[in-house]
Amino acid sequence: MGVISSKLGDLGVVTTTLDTAVNWARTGAMWPLLFGLACCAIEMMATQASDYDMSRFGMELNRASPRQSDLLIVAGRVTRKMAPVVRQLYDQMASPKYVLAMGDCASCGGVYNNYAVVQGVDEIIPVDVYVAGCPPRPEQLIHGILTLHEKVRGESLAQWVKE
Amino acid sequence: MVTGIQNIEPTAIPDSMKQWEGSLEQLRGLVSERALTGETMLLNMGPHHPSTHGVLRLLLELDGEQIVTCLPDVGYLHTGIEKSIESRTYEKAVPLTDRMDYLAPMSNNLVFALAVEKLTGLDVPERAQVIRVICAELTRINSHLVWLGTHALDMGAMSVFLYCFREREYILDMYEMLGGQRLMSSYIRPGGVWRDIPEEFLPALQRFIDYFPAKVDDYEKLLTNNPLWIDRTQGIGVIEPEEGISLGVSGPSLRASGVNWDIRKSQPYSGYEKYDFNVPLGQHGDVYDRFYVRILELRESLKIIKQAMKNIPAGPFRSTNRKFVPPPRAELGRSMEAVIHHFKLWTEGYNAPDEEVYVAIESPRGEIGCYLHGTGGNKPRRVHFKTPSFVHISALGKIAEGHMIADLVGIIGSVDIVLGDSDR
Repeated sequence: MGVISSKLGDLGVVTTTLDTAVNWARTGAMWPLLFGLACCAIEMMATQASDYDMSRFGMELNRASPRQSDLLIVAGRVTRKMAPVVRQLYDQMASPKYVLAMGDCASCGGVYNNYAVVQGVDEIIPVDVYVAGCPPRPEQLIHGILTLHEKVRGESLAQWVKE
Repeated sequence: MVTGIQNIEPTAIPDSMKQWEGSLEQLRGLVSERALTGETMLLNMGPHHPSTHGVLRLLLELDGEQIVTCLPDVGYLHTGIEKSIESRTYEKAVPLTDRMDYLAPMSNNLVFALAVEKLTGLDVPERAQVIRVICAELTRINSHLVWLGTHALDMGAMSVFLYCFREREYILDMYEMLGGQRLMSSYIRPGGVWRDIPEEFLPALQRFIDYFPAKVDDYEKLLTNNPLWIDRTQGIGVIEPEEGISLGVSGPSLRASGVNWDIRKSQPYSGYEKYDFNVPLGQHGDVYDRFYVRILELRESLKIIKQAMKNIPAGPFRSTNRKFVPPPRAELGRSMEAVIHHFKLWTEGYNAPDEEVYVAIESPRGEIGCYLHGTGGNKPRRVHFKTPSFVHISALGKIAEGHMIADLVGIIGSVDIVLGDSDR
């Protein structure tokens, strides 16, 4: 945001574009869905707990309802039995919605190349950011989330309207 | 720099992944007749529910707020780990065992390593045994901390969760020193442990031992005499001793009913018989007792670690049988034989006889058993894990019957289930 107080004097006026303001709001309070699948969910919990503290990025509030959440962190392996449920949760989320595939299993199936595991959650839902690791460290997850924020900051309202 | 919106159209879900849509008729016999007439309500809880500790689905038949029937539906995290192990050599199967019970990876490593050792007759040096005990007990503390945090969170106590995870980070740091990974360290391998303990490990362990007891006191201050906690937990979800045994419940959940059954005492492994520790027992078998038994176990585990770290014997940390254990890296430059062993073990693995073994150990949540059947070749014919979470989920229906739906959350938490452990 451009503070042009030097031109306007000390009036406390901030000028910005609508895009920037909206994207600032979206990144500042991006609520993840309270949803964990497997091992990665434990690291996701650690990211939200004391040492790593995801609330620094406005994400301390995990919503249990997909209707109220903006970000789906697919934390863990998606099995074939679970796949329709994940898809349903994604469909229930309100736009704008983002998906972060956390860990190798959610990204590409990881070590499980077998009958039970979906080889990457992008087979059923679109993914914005992939985070590698088995499981990723909390720092890696935070990096993934900041990458997502960067992506959101580059979005334009015009594109949303077009859709 | 990533910009713009990707317009990815998700592909349609293939038929093989479609959700099962059954009719009420198929539930006849599972739920009461009243449900079929619509007198009682059928409610689906999970697989996406904040307090089912993972992807457990419960089909509840409710009379008002009272639970008439509780039918657990597992398999949402079925990963095919047992089947995958059949196509891997014994050494390469270890990382898969980590990912079953992801709150207690070292326990899974240990039970698999013990089974392989029993099958092949591999020796384990004394130093490795002691390191294994330290790891197993650290794992117990680690798992109980996550359990306590999430259980309290389910019951509405947010701060305990933050405290427990703060202390847990110390243990994860120690895991990282040992195996290079925070959670899935695959540190315990057949024949011993992956590498020797690094020099910074024991000072870190000592710091943790000095630091941790006061923190357990803090948890107790928050919960043990808290009237809200007592109201929500005492007299809820009672497991009678005989009922618990017949349902196959094990571990702290059974000991809370007063049954003195701990595999570390009754069938000692890895030298547990040398340590002096108590097996905490409860009296009533309710949610509160299961909580309190685990709190006491935290202290007992510390006691074992203290005794173990005082006398870690010198010597090798892994068996020196070169037909099973690859030679250390330093030897590769000097000995042709070492190069051959290294190559053979990492490409082909070792052979195990065509026999079957079963080993059970005391994991943080109960008895975890490993059934292993060799083929005479380098891969197992069948591996099966008898896991405590699966048994505890099957017992849920019995325990939850007649309780209010709000109490079910506490009951699920108190039997300490991990869906990865149950579904594998």
